[in-house]
Amino acid sequence: MNTLVCISTTPETTAKIAFTGDGTSYDSEGVNYIMNPYDEWYALVRAIEIKEADGGEVHVIHVGPASSDIIIRKALAIGADAAFRVDTEAREAYQVAAEIAAFAKDRDYQVIFTGKETIDHNGAEVAGLLAGMLDLPFVSFANDLQIDGSRATVGREIEGGTEVVSVELPVVISAAKGLAEQRIANMRGIMMAKRKPLEVVQPTEASAKVKVAKYELPPAKSGVTMVEPDNMKELVRLLAEEAKAL
Amino acid sequence: MPVIALIEHDGITVKKSSYELVSYAARWAAQSGDHAIAVVLGSLSDHGELASHGAAKIVHIADSALDHVDPRQYVSALRAVMQEHGAEHVVLAHSSTGKSISGILTVASDAALIHGINALPADGVFRRGAYSGKALAYYRPEAGPLVITLMGNSVPAEKQDAAGEVINMSPDLPAAQLTRVEVKKVDGDIPLPEASKVVSAGRGMKDPDNWGIIEELAAELQAATACSRPVADTGWRPHHEHVGQTGVAIRPNLYIAIGISGAIQHLAGVNNSKTIVVINKDPEAPFFKAADYGVVGDLFDVVPSLTQAIKDYRQS
Repeated sequence: MNTLVCISTTPETTAKIAFTGDGTSYDSEGVNYIMNPYDEWYALVRAIEIKEADGGEVHVIHVGPASSDIIIRKALAIGADAAFRVDTEAREAYQVAAEIAAFAKDRDYQVIFTGKETIDHNGAEVAGLLAGMLDLPFVSFANDLQIDGSRATVGREIEGGTEVVSVELPVVISAAKGLAEQRIANMRGIMMAKRKPLEVVQPTEASAKVKVAKYELPPAKSGVTMVEPDNMKELVRLLAEEAKAL
Repeated sequence: MPVIALIEHDGITVKKSSYELVSYAARWAAQSGDHAIAVVLGSLSDHGELASHGAAKIVHIADSALDHVDPRQYVSALRAVMQEHGAEHVVLAHSSTGKSISGILTVASDAALIHGINALPADGVFRRGAYSGKALAYYRPEAGPLVITLMGNSVPAEKQDAAGEVINMSPDLPAAQLTRVEVKKVDGDIPLPEASKVVSAGRGMKDPDNWGIIEELAAELQAATACSRPVADTGWRPHHEHVGQTGVAIRPNLYIAIGISGAIQHLAGVNNSKTIVVINKDPEAPFFKAADYGVVGDLFDVVPSLTQAIKDYRQS
């Protein structure tokens, strides 16, 4: 069976966060981009494991500009079979979902994976929108996935535990920690990735429903109040009276 | 148009975070002279304080099929309420339930979607965190229906009297898509994402057998326990306790970090906490820069004496 993995790019975790003059866009000058960790470590690897067990192909799709190609090649090096890049710079999740839905609707993917969220916007919006657009069931924050014929059994993170659900394929799944073990591309994978197809797909130009008015940096902390280690009574007083945190 | 808040509950009581939702919905609706509708799905015996937090109407669909969350059924139920009451906007919790239905509801309602809102709208602009809490983003949705998820513990629940008229509905629901097999609860009474106080520890603990002092402090504070990534990765603590950029992001009232140096990836998951206390033996630990209160000292001395000081405070 074939699976589709949606991959996103994000500034690396130590990247400096700054915005251009009028505060409406992220200043990416000198910033290194990486594959979003939830997409790479869990969604992509679980898809590859399913292929290794049951056959079929793993396709990856990315909505973004040509500068993302190096990251898409990495997904191929880890083990995806083919890649598709929708050639547009989406401004919000709805656009991304609409482009992926348009691509996937006539293709026979049994599982469509996303990461549970990107680590820059932490939106967790694309997967549910995609499920809505494709009229497929959606299981969010999966930490376990077992395929059995035409059904899947999925563990999903809920507050205070894991809910295990059974669902008919095809399904949209967002991948959380625990779904798979991170893999690193080896030299053979990197060489093979150069010969794998990376197809550029024309966008449908879905319009944005939400626009960024501005970004700003949060107010800085006013500074730390140090308390002597032998005076925890004072710390408790500060927490109770000043911070009102007890 | 009225604003809908989807209430979360455990069948017996309304979740505390849902009072934030209904209060938010009421204040948002009031900006255009309208009211909030609290929607309760599944069996719930007591509507609690929904009315006194601003619910003009409480629409209850008590179908036991809705006792578990199935996105298709939940969306169908919410759409029935929206149509019946002419509501366009929906406020969901930024929870596993909210995030599992928001996208499908958005498409079904031809709405716009914004997750993780942390302030009331001002002139139609909504605020949320971005870049793992390192920035704030202001979004302007297009005119028309809007679905949002509200970040817990960001806009406090406010008492505001409303009629709380209870309306029972029983719309036809589609078949469920997800069949619940089982629920595995993890140890600990307080789920981390919902905890208002969190005690978190890192590699400075030296050994997983030393966690007793952390658990005692957490018990005294009625706090949830958490940990840093290295601690979860080495198996000292379970993965669900890992807070940080690739773990759980939390925003409690009080976050106490013990023996955690404060790597940028860790800070990203906790820097929205209202008050941060850092206990570390290294005065150069970067975490102190993000802290409100700091203690430089040996955690094996400091933590038990903090626990004792809280006990004394409670008894005084």
